[in-house]
Parts: sequence; C-alpha cells; structure tokens
Amino acid sequence: MAETTPTSPLPRRGRTARRKPRFSRWHLLLAPLSLLFMLPLLQMVLTSFTDNGDINRFPPRFLPSSLHIGGYVRLFQDAPVLHWMLNSLIVSGVAIASHLVLCSLGGYAYARLSFRGRGVAFVALLATIMIPTQMLMIPTYFMFSKLGLINTLGAAFVPFLASAFGVFLMRQFFLSLPKELEEAGRIDGLTTLGVLVRIVLPLARPALATLAVFTLLNSWNDLLWPLIAINDPSKFTIQLGLINFQGAHHVDWQELMACNVVATAPLILAFLFAQRQFVQTMSMSGLKG
Amino acid sequence: MKNGLLISDHDKATRAGRGERGQLATGTVASTDTGRTYTRRRRRMVANLTGWSFALPATLVILGLTLFPAGWAFLISREHWDGFTPPQQIGWANYSNMVQDPDFRAAVDHTVMFTVLYVPVVLVLGMFIAVALNRKIRFIAFYRTALFVPMVVSAAATGILANFVFDPQFGLVNNVLRVLDLPRQGFLTDPHEVMWVIAVIYLWSDLAFSVIVYLAALQDIPQDCLEAARMDGANGWQQFRHVILPSLAPVTVFVGIWETISVLQIFELVLTTTHGGPLGASQTVVYFIYNEAFNLSRYGYGSAAAYALFAATLLLTLGLVAYSRRSKIEAF
Repeated sequence: MAETTPTSPLPRRGRTARRKPRFSRWHLLLAPLSLLFMLPLLQMVLTSFTDNGDINRFPPRFLPSSLHIGGYVRLFQDAPVLHWMLNSLIVSGVAIASHLVLCSLGGYAYARLSFRGRGVAFVALLATIMIPTQMLMIPTYFMFSKLGLINTLGAAFVPFLASAFGVFLMRQFFLSLPKELEEAGRIDGLTTLGVLVRIVLPLARPALATLAVFTLLNSWNDLLWPLIAINDPSKFTIQLGLINFQGAHHVDWQELMACNVVATAPLILAFLFAQRQFVQTMSMSGLKG
Repeated sequence: MKNGLLISDHDKATRAGRGERGQLATGTVASTDTGRTYTRRRRRMVANLTGWSFALPATLVILGLTLFPAGWAFLISREHWDGFTPPQQIGWANYSNMVQDPDFRAAVDHTVMFTVLYVPVVLVLGMFIAVALNRKIRFIAFYRTALFVPMVVSAAATGILANFVFDPQFGLVNNVLRVLDLPRQGFLTDPHEVMWVIAVIYLWSDLAFSVIVYLAALQDIPQDCLEAARMDGANGWQQFRHVILPSLAPVTVFVGIWETISVLQIFELVLTTTHGGPLGASQTVVYFIYNEAFNLSRYGYGSAAAYALFAATLLLTLGLVAYSRRSKIEAF
C-alpha cells in the first residue's frame, strides 16, 4: 500500500523520511516506458557517430562497431549549418524580446489601466485564440509579400512578436499582485511606465520566464512560416535548413542525423537545465506549435 | 518612448486649453464649474492615451496577424485566384466544388479518423502516466525527464528521425521485428499503415503535454480527500475511481478539446515524413490546404478548405464546451 500512495505535497520529515523506500511496482511500468521514449533520441545521437557502412549493413545493429565524427565534418562542409543556427538565434531572440515587452505593456493595460474601448479590444483578443494558425497561411503569405517580408528573417519572427496567450498570461499575473505597491509608487511620483518597470515587472519574473520559454519553444521549432515565405538558403532557419537538407541528402543517414542532432541539441540542453520552467510553461500554456 | 509620447500629448492638451483658461495649472480656475469638467475630461483623455499607448502595440500586432488575415482569407475563398492574374469572383463555387472533390473528402476522412483514434488514446495514456509519475519513488526525476524530452524536439526533427526509425530496410523497428521473428512492415511506405505510424510518432512528441497538464491537476487534489478515502478503507483503485477520476473531469475536457483542435490541424509531421503519400494515404486537411495553395497555386480553393476547417473546429469546440457545461463539468 505504502508504495502506491500518491506524493504528499508536504515533505514528511523525521523518522519516516530516512527509511529506505521499498521497491515500487510502478518501476515496472515507468522504466521500460522511459527507455522507449529515449530510444529514438539515443539512436539519433548514435547514428550521427556511425559510419554509413555500418548503418547500411544487414542485419542492422543498434550499437555501432566504432565511432566516427565524419558525419559532422561533412555536414559543416556541405551546408551553412552555423549560419542557419545564427538565423534561428536571431529569430528567437527578437521574438522573445518583443514578446516580453509588448505582452507586459498590453497585459498591464488590460489588467490595471482604464481606457475607452478596452472591453471591445480585449474580447477581440480573446476571440483570436479560436483562429487556427494554419488557416491564416494563405493571406499571411500575401500580407508578407506586400510588406516585403518574403525571403527575410522577418517572415520567421513577425508571427511571434506578440501573442494573445502572452497578453492573457501577463494580465492574469498582474491581477494577482497587490495594488497597494503600485499606488505607493504613484504617490512617490512614478509615471505609469515607471510603476510597471520599477515595481511590477521585478515581481513578475516567474510569468516573464514562462513567457520567454513559451516563445522560445514556438519560434525555434516553427517550420510553417519559414517554409512558405523563405526560399533563399542564406535566410533559412535551422528547421527549414533541416528539411531542405533532408531532401538533398536522404541517403546519407549519418550526415542527416548529425544535422538533426545540431538542430535539436540547443532546446534539449535548455530543457535539461531548466526542466522545471519548461514543465511549468507547458502546464500553463496548453498552447503548442 | 511611450512616456515621451504621453507627455507631449499632455502638453498639447494643456496648451490648447491655455487660450481661455490659462491659469489652469495654478488650480484657481479648476474650482469653477467649467474648469472641473475640463479637468475631468482632460484626465480621462490622458487615461485613454496612456491605456492605448500600452495596449496598442500588442493588440495591433495580434489582431493584424489574426483577425485581419482571417477576414482576407474569407474574401479569397470566394475567388478563383492563382496569385498572379487578377482574381475572379466566383461566389460559393469553391465551397460546392470542395464537397464533391474526392481528394478533399479523402483528406477529411484521414483527419477525422486520426482524431477519433488519437484523442481517446492520448487522454487515457496521459492520465495513466501522470498518475504513475505522481509519486516519490527512486528515479522519478529521470522518468519525468525521459518522458518529457520529446516535447522540445521540433516537428521537422521528429519527422526526420521517424523516417529513420521506421525505415523499412535499416530502421530500428523492423530490426526489432526481425529479431522477434515477426514479418517486416512497410510503415510509412505502406498506405494502410501510414496513418497509424504517424499517430505513434505524434504520440511520442505530444504525450508530454497531456501528462504535464494531468500532473498539475493531480497535485491540486487536496490530500485530505485522499486521506479521508483511505480512512474509509478505499484501496488504490477505489481511491482513483471515486476521488481522483472525478476531480480530473474538467482537465479532461480541456485536454480533450485542446488535443482535438491540434490534431485536426496536423500538418508539419506529415510534411516531414510522407508529403501526404504514399498514394495520398496520409493527406490531411491542412496538408491538402498547403498543397492546393503553395504547390498548385489554387489560393481561392485552398482558402475555402481552410475556412471549412475553421468552421468545423469552431462548431466542434463550441459543442464540446456546451456539452461540458451541461454535464456540470466546470472546465471553462
């Protein structure tokens, strides 16, 4: 019974805490399942270090007979991967910075400021959550071409400059803060912007971190907008570069998996370092892709 | 910058009023009746300006990238347009053609089948794994990491990796089948298997979301309730059935709607694995829209299909929300 008891939120201290836990039957489920989920990623990394001769051998083997870095060498010779990474970094950087600024300002306005048309504008923002991105790809493509964004990095980051989710997230967080602090700031002679920057935002770090992770995930992994708007290989994001690379090198599995590792590693590393933050973002957002 | 804008507007307002009420700043005139309305009006104007200068950038960007193109998409959907020559207005013809188009109907069939099969599986598995992960046992941090990592892998990388893992010749899965003496499968190259394989791949990358949402909900269940159930002699299954399951109902509605919407829009994984093939067997609605517009330059027809998808999604969502309201599950 004891091992199936769900986790208590209160840490149990004292005598019971030191006792060695008994073997839980849940391991029998979780261990194989975890391995199953890790296996594709493990194979991706292993394959990127395996000679193509080894990969194409029959019968195939899971573990390579020896490790080779040739895939990475060829990858960096064949494709401007670092350039694509840089493009993706710029896209995500601009998206995150813009998201934090615009959604903080907007969220604060809808949480605390009263102005004419606020209700209508807020309902309009709410309504946009129902509109699926994919439905917008055709008009957005023509809108981008009118704005001169085709074949620029702008096509990749403009869709992520701000989001209704971000505005709501910040608004909800601001509403949960005590008003008194802001009023005190007002009395001390701060402007509205001063109150936001000096008093409110320092308290809103958890919400800002959530928003940053959310924007990073969406903008780094996005394929749709670069796909329809960017043809110029020097403007590829890493995701678009990856699928174009697949088209050109689909028989060289080693090189392709090396490219996959390079494209995936930054977010996996970020996830391993800040897992709590990623998980919290997912549980709050419910918005993916 | 925002502040600068504000101050200059504020100055303008003050200056405009200086003609008749020059002493406003000293506050003497403000005590008269007209002065009071003026001050109130000015204060309201400043409040409006401040509010909008904060709200406008985000609001403009979001509406400009959603409502505006959504309206435009509707106009395009009633045109015959290849993107170069001037569009012809053809009324509802795109919509009526769509209903008879076998390719579109096949795409709808694949998408609906996928949704009907996938959503219940992800709900049950998500809940089950969340319950399994919600305990303090050894290696739990490792288990969580292992199960959550796939969610940060992009659709492009997932698709390419899946091509390798499910490769009929060199892939890991067929290799395992061979070791177990089972027949080799075509997977993504077999029209009968392709949607199932895509579902498995999508489950790999998407399961973490429902697990995380369920896990958060499980941790919100008051311990007293479970304690009380235990006192009354409920065993593990009875606790789950009578305490945990009912309190997960709202979250189930939320995850169900969310998964339904995202699965109806499945696209990137199809693009990076099969391009809708083999023989159109994995063509989904959004892939159909993409193909019509960006490969065949039939923008009007593609937009009509996009609107049909939007309408279907909207109706389905409203229906589910209404149903959950009526059955007293407070998800929203």
